[in-house]
Amino acid sequence: MIVETTHGSLTFCSIEPGSGLDSTLERPPANALGRIEASGLRGRGGAGFPTSLKWDLAIKSPGENKYVICNADEGEPGTFKDRVILSDFADLVFEGMTIGAFVIGAKRGIVYLRGEYAYLRSHLETVLRRRRAQNLLGKKIRGRDGFDFDIEIRMGAGAYVCGEETALIESLEGQRGEPRNRPPFPIDTGYLGNPTIVNNVETFAWVVCILAKGAKWFNSIGTKKSTGLKLFSVSGDCSQPGVYEFPMGITVAELLKEVGGEGAKAVQVGGAAGQCVPAAQFERTIAYEDVPTGGSVIVFGPDRDMLRVAENFLEFFADESCGQCTPCREGTPKLIEGVKMLQQGRCSMHYIHELCSLGETMQLASKCGLGQMAPNAFLSIVEHFQDEILGRIGK
Amino acid sequence: MPFSTYLAKCPDCHEATEEELLVQLDDVLADYASVPGALIPVLQITQAIFGYLPETALKKIALSLGKPYSEVAGVVGFYSFFTTVPRGKHLVRVCLGTACYVRGGKEVLAASKDLLRIEVGETSSDRMFSLDVGRCFGACGLAPVIMIDDDVHQRVRPAQLPKIFDQYRDNSATDDNGNGESD
Ligand SMILES: Cc1cc2nc3c(=O)[nH]c(=O)nc-3n(C[C@H](O)[C@H](O)[C@H](O)COP(=O)(O)O)c2cc1C
Ligand code: SF4
Ligand code: FES
Repeated sequence: MIVETTHGSLTFCSIEPGSGLDSTLERPPANALGRIEASGLRGRGGAGFPTSLKWDLAIKSPGENKYVICNADEGEPGTFKDRVILSDFADLVFEGMTIGAFVIGAKRGIVYLRGEYAYLRSHLETVLRRRRAQNLLGKKIRGRDGFDFDIEIRMGAGAYVCGEETALIESLEGQRGEPRNRPPFPIDTGYLGNPTIVNNVETFAWVVCILAKGAKWFNSIGTKKSTGLKLFSVSGDCSQPGVYEFPMGITVAELLKEVGGEGAKAVQVGGAAGQCVPAAQFERTIAYEDVPTGGSVIVFGPDRDMLRVAENFLEFFADESCGQCTPCREGTPKLIEGVKMLQQGRCSMHYIHELCSLGETMQLASKCGLGQMAPNAFLSIVEHFQDEILGRIGK
Repeated sequence: MPFSTYLAKCPDCHEATEEELLVQLDDVLADYASVPGALIPVLQITQAIFGYLPETALKKIALSLGKPYSEVAGVVGFYSFFTTVPRGKHLVRVCLGTACYVRGGKEVLAASKDLLRIEVGETSSDRMFSLDVGRCFGACGLAPVIMIDDDVHQRVRPAQLPKIFDQYRDNSATDDNGNGESD
């Protein structure tokens, strides 16, 4: 369907569907949880919350109808690795969800698939049907009494903010996708008020690999705080865009070399919500403790106008804000106005400082990650590209 | 009934009268009446049946799901895929996400407006195309990207657009995999 370049061979290719689940079911659920904990796996959706901790909290939260939700809303500009996983490795995602269900004691799972990926739906339904036929889903999975679990697919309807886990749940419940206050967290009060784990597509796939290949294999890769491998979606000004698997802790410079992006002037790591890393800092590492990412890497060549880039990011957030809270709803348009003034050389140094402090207020006072992260790219571009920006400042 | 079953019926829908379509909607509503969170799937199916969300259908949905009309309208307004005005036969969406933006997405948008002689949000006078923008279709490796209906076209150059649009203009019988490789 879509022409895709996947570079190098992915670990996911080497995992036999069914293998992770069968070995998990032989032992009590706590065993699988222990192995995931030992692996150090952290959520691959961006925030990097430890997966075993989230699952453990859901185990402890009382409730008969627990849910496993796969966040397939992949909406961050520059991210497409979840689409590749869903197209090529859907079995691993469903298997990871099934393991999650076994661990927390859930009977039902939901994949929240972004509306733009509607064309993947029939493929996913086919895989689900086959897994039911193989008794990898359904009643008494693999002959295990009392282990019933099935997965349904629900479509998003074109709202980036629905990738935020509480907004996603609101949307599944048939409401506007407006983020809720947290706490309470979904592990306590999730879908229809039930304990719910929400994890990224890639997180579920790694769970299967960890159970098949061992926690040691996984945590021997990467850094101490960011273990294992990660998929990256690489786009922008480089000769080899596409999906890559790299160890966590890779430096920006190493990554650029692999993708043919040497000579870049900056790299946006983590999508619109992430950070803009300038050439002078290419030795920084991509890891939760340094430059975190959900996997989006956009390379900017030497000729790119960074103010236009900042404007593009901000327009995205202005479009996608749910409008529930003031800092996000009112702040982003103010920043756009500021960028336009900067472009025209009509912005004073004093006003730049005002804009930056507005940005910091948004980071602190917005209700959800969207508003908290909206000013990030603007702030990092102002910080790192002073020359480019100051050159246009009004006297 | 699964979602796809409703959609499978739909190729003929556009020829049917509104009354006939409202009868189809009754079937959908009967199936979904007691499903939690039914509103959004119901709206999605309704839009697939009618091509948009007419007020009569929304009123019916509100009534049968026991929700105030204002709540239904609020949900419709929130999600960008829902439309309360009829659209053209094909929906052209141009990506302005950052990866596409730096690789010429804006030029593709400008050329699309010129060729279709419409602005974003409008429908061409022959009702063939509607134009919209998107913020990343998850195909950024080969930017810039446009989507026409469910087809993704990558690395699109403005000069190729006439040919791409023509594929849809003839009887709109694009083969199922007639997408992607626009090079
Ligand atoms: C505005 C916003 C959008 C988000 N979009 C996504 C998304 O598309 N996919 C995703 O997995 N997580 C997304 N997240 C993060 C989720 O809220 C949540 O942290 C994640 O699904 C948890 O999964 P993980 O721990 O496996 O990463 C988003 C967060 C915010 C604030
Ligand atoms: S920060 Fe923005 S997106 Fe998040 S709740 Fe507030 S208005 Fe909505
Ligand atoms: S930014 Fe255009 S497809 Fe991702």
